[in-house]
Amino acid sequence: MNDFINERKAKLEDFKKNVRKKSTNYQPVDIPDGVFIKCDQCGAAIFEKTLETNHQICPYCDFHFRMGASKRLALTIDEGSFVELNQHLSSVNPLSMPEYEDKLAIGKKLTNMEEAFLSGTAKIVKIPVAIGILDSNFMMGSMGSVVGEKVTRLIEYATEHKLPLIIFSASGGARMQEGILSLMQMAKTSAALHRFDQKKLLYISVMTNPTTGGVAASFASLGDINIAEHSSLIGFAGARVIKQTIRQELPEGFQTDQFQLQHGMVDMVVHRKDMRKTLFKLLQLHQGGAH
Amino acid sequence: MSDTINTAWEKVKLARHPKRPTAHQIIKSLFPDFLELHGDRLYSDDQSITGGIGTLGGVVMTVIAEEKGGSTDEKIKHNFGMPHPEGYRKALRLMKQAEKFNRPILCIIDTPGAYPGIGAEERGQASAIATNLKEMMGLKTPIIVVVLSEGGSGGALAIGVGDYIMMLENSIYAILSPEGYASIIYKDSQKADLAASLMKLTAEDLLSFDVIDQIIPEHEGLHLDPDFGIEQLKNAVIEQTKRLIKRSSSALLQARYEKFRRMGVYLEQGEHDE
Repeated sequence: MNDFINERKAKLEDFKKNVRKKSTNYQPVDIPDGVFIKCDQCGAAIFEKTLETNHQICPYCDFHFRMGASKRLALTIDEGSFVELNQHLSSVNPLSMPEYEDKLAIGKKLTNMEEAFLSGTAKIVKIPVAIGILDSNFMMGSMGSVVGEKVTRLIEYATEHKLPLIIFSASGGARMQEGILSLMQMAKTSAALHRFDQKKLLYISVMTNPTTGGVAASFASLGDINIAEHSSLIGFAGARVIKQTIRQELPEGFQTDQFQLQHGMVDMVVHRKDMRKTLFKLLQLHQGGAH
Repeated sequence: MSDTINTAWEKVKLARHPKRPTAHQIIKSLFPDFLELHGDRLYSDDQSITGGIGTLGGVVMTVIAEEKGGSTDEKIKHNFGMPHPEGYRKALRLMKQAEKFNRPILCIIDTPGAYPGIGAEERGQASAIATNLKEMMGLKTPIIVVVLSEGGSGGALAIGVGDYIMMLENSIYAILSPEGYASIIYKDSQKADLAASLMKLTAEDLLSFDVIDQIIPEHEGLHLDPDFGIEQLKNAVIEQTKRLIKRSSSALLQARYEKFRRMGVYLEQGEHDE
């Protein structure tokens, strides 16, 4: 009986805590017409326009919402400087997986992109770069043959034209629907980075929310500089798989950007609002460094 | 369809057959003078990857092998063949040593996957695998890879970049375990047999995709007649080593790059299509 009462007490405490947490920090004054979005982290209701003008960052708790490739590009590069590469590559269904075509169609509709990776050349404060961005709205930014090929081609382009390379990752990992062919993209992209390395060129990898699985275990971890964006999930194995394997709860803050910083996997954690500035600084510091 | 299910799932079961020899037995047969070398010089000695030196066909080779263990005690000791980052780092250390001393490398893959655990994440599982993928591409010595039983995901590929890749007839090589795949596709890990048939994970499938170069026949299967398959494997490794050590390192690296560069299937439309 005591147990039962204690349990109810604990539940009540939890409830109070959660309700309190949600009701602080912001004051809903008058409610304008429009859509509200609930913050995944603090639970606050945020007016969509506010989120939009605040670079998809929660104004109350600083949580970074996921950002599509085109918005990310606009936030990062000099306006009008982007020239897209390899936009005509599209996925087929080599394993004849059921429903794969439908998922591709949804991805295309959601992102207005042919595949999950946007790549090309651009300038950041007038410094030319090769830039690639994964879009998590396209099948969780997963890497199949096309993403692997486009990443590889971008790396090869940067190698040939001696450009610094910046890749923003946002991916659940290798794309299940293309099976072993997806797995091999990990080797292919890493191979291209090996050649890029030989030319002593700069690669900045930016891991955003989420960067996991086969993308984390290939090109995303191989930057000369690894940056984790603020409030990102970064890791190899999925939390559910780990929980099932070890049969215990995961520690708080597991696989977050701060976790990766503490364990020495990234050079820095950068707030989205400071990203362009930071990239520019890094590019500048590497200019004239090569002999 | 039911035939495909049977074939693929039968292979999965054979690949995991309790009587199927593990890497240690293969090493013992191929390299009677094998000497094990331990440790990654950074953290520990991961027992799920065995590394060392031995002679085969008159050539001294470095051997890297994922070891699952046979008995229950062994399985626990070898963590069921699921390496931590230190295992991959040990492998890379020994492979770089092989390059230094001009020894060809034989990698034996047999893992359900890299270990998904807290320590593994803390010590950089993703980074360890990625580093191996990149570094193996540049090793100036021949690398022969064989999938012995189970090639699971990035944990297999992390010692799987090479010049010549073989699979035993009853082995599987896939992006994920059929159980994991089923839980994603069907939200039900019990449908692993169905998932296996979709995944294209048999040696024949992988040969048809040009992901591997050769299938080593097993006759009745390694679990019933290990000697036959092991002998076939031995001959194939000797033959490929002889062929590959004649190549210049630049030719070797170029071919290795192109081998992986080709992998993938996609559609490319001309600019005029827009």
